[in-house]
Amino acid sequence: MEKVTIKVFRGTPEEGEISTYETPTFPGMVVLDAIHYIQQNLEPSLACRWNCKAAKCGSCSAEVNGHPKLMCKSSIEEYPSGEITVTPLKTFPLVKDLVTDVSWNYRVSSRIPPLVPKPDAAGKPFNMQQIDVERVQEFRKCIECFLCQDVCHILREHDRTDAFYGPRQMVKLASLDMHPMDNLDRKESIKNDGGVGYCNITKCCTEVCPEHIHITDNAIIPLKERIADEYYDPIQGLLRKIGIIKRTTKQPFDSVPNEQTTVHSAR
Amino acid sequence: MALHTQQTPHSKRPTIAEGERKDNWLMAPLTFFLVFGFFVVWATFRTFNNDHFFIEKYNYLSPFYSPLITLPESWKIMVLGRSLHISPSLLILPFPLTFRLSCYYYRKALYRSFLADPLACAVKEPKALDTMRYRKYTGERLFPLIAVNFHRYAFFAAAIFMIFLWKDAFEACTVPATGGGIKFGFGLGTLLFFVNVSLLTAYTFSCHSWRHFVGGKVDCYSCSALSKTRYGLWQKISFLNEKHGTWAMMSLISVLVTDIYVFLVSSGVLTDLRFFN
Repeated sequence: MEKVTIKVFRGTPEEGEISTYETPTFPGMVVLDAIHYIQQNLEPSLACRWNCKAAKCGSCSAEVNGHPKLMCKSSIEEYPSGEITVTPLKTFPLVKDLVTDVSWNYRVSSRIPPLVPKPDAAGKPFNMQQIDVERVQEFRKCIECFLCQDVCHILREHDRTDAFYGPRQMVKLASLDMHPMDNLDRKESIKNDGGVGYCNITKCCTEVCPEHIHITDNAIIPLKERIADEYYDPIQGLLRKIGIIKRTTKQPFDSVPNEQTTVHSAR
Repeated sequence: MALHTQQTPHSKRPTIAEGERKDNWLMAPLTFFLVFGFFVVWATFRTFNNDHFFIEKYNYLSPFYSPLITLPESWKIMVLGRSLHISPSLLILPFPLTFRLSCYYYRKALYRSFLADPLACAVKEPKALDTMRYRKYTGERLFPLIAVNFHRYAFFAAAIFMIFLWKDAFEACTVPATGGGIKFGFGLGTLLFFVNVSLLTAYTFSCHSWRHFVGGKVDCYSCSALSKTRYGLWQKISFLNEKHGTWAMMSLISVLVTDIYVFLVSSGVLTDLRFFN
């Protein structure tokens, strides 16, 4: 295949259309290379966000033939038909061409209080065993490309950004709630603010994650189970009441200053 | 619920029809729909059939009727205007069925194939369904879907059934001896029983709720000898859990095949292929 046809969305929130370009190919070429070729040779005004071109910064997220993907990780060879359609992330507000405004994710993220160390560990370096950090290390691989947020049908199709934090933030919540040094009781916030109950386990977030984080199996489902322990399990509730299961000794969520969990809407 | 920040509604964006998925995304949900649909139809038929579930000659008991229960003759129900004996299967199947329906893997598959919510990843949900079923999407927070939070109880019930199914598999290795007693015997049916119960065990004990119960709820694994043991068990279950969906589908098919085999041999359509005795 010497040439590839790239169909790119060009436009603004008010109007837009698909423009078609032909670009030459070379071994190892990725979709982002084709977009760069168009920018440099055919259409200098084409807007696209990118940074590392090594699948580590999470900037070049877009939808390639309808699949949420990193453009820098989408090889041209994956599309033998020689025709590739590139459109912006559907879930987020469009800025121009392939650029969307993903700031909502950062605003939601800022609502999640950072790690609150246990009183005896505060201010000192953590002395931790490998078995305690292994599970949460997987979540640290997240590059915040927001492909999982884009593909999540609760945000994408149902527009429930008012009620559900999205898979990326579930990963962040899981990494904190499972952290052996964290001393904040986050259950109520995970259930009510994060809206973990909205997730219906369709696993699309796991399918699109370029870092292969098992978002559903290792973050969302364990959080759902923790919420079930606390709110939906009558036997555990009874055992807690009569003192056989100890109540959490973690610091109440309300004890975190309000300004840390308040987000100002963009509108 | 605290309202958190909303972003610009989707309606403010131009529609890009050409950006939709063009691959064969319907294949996976359609396949599950057909396989699971067939399972439901066959299981319903077998439940009310209440016959051809036990072959005394080879000690083959259909998994739909395990454990073997004999109900009093007087227990009857009306089905389509006919008075029928209550099938023991009616008392057995609700337990494994509840386990499957509330299972995290089946939830994904059922939401996709039967509720189109969503049909596939990054695929537009059907507008007609959208209008029909939504006031507003509520996920698994309200009745009836909130009941899936009881999956852990369904797991423990299903785990008890594993004891009976293993017992059935070992009993299928025996045949009545001439002059009384039992002797070793092994046929194709016995092989199916062992494959079936092995797949069911892998499926049941790779359950997410079980994984959580064993060690997932622990935050500090190094804090005590017990939590270290739980970590070891949690790792082993996590290994099995990675293929939970595969076990789920393979065990569904194996239950189906085993029951159909028992039905066909019992009704005389097939003869059991015997390897020993």
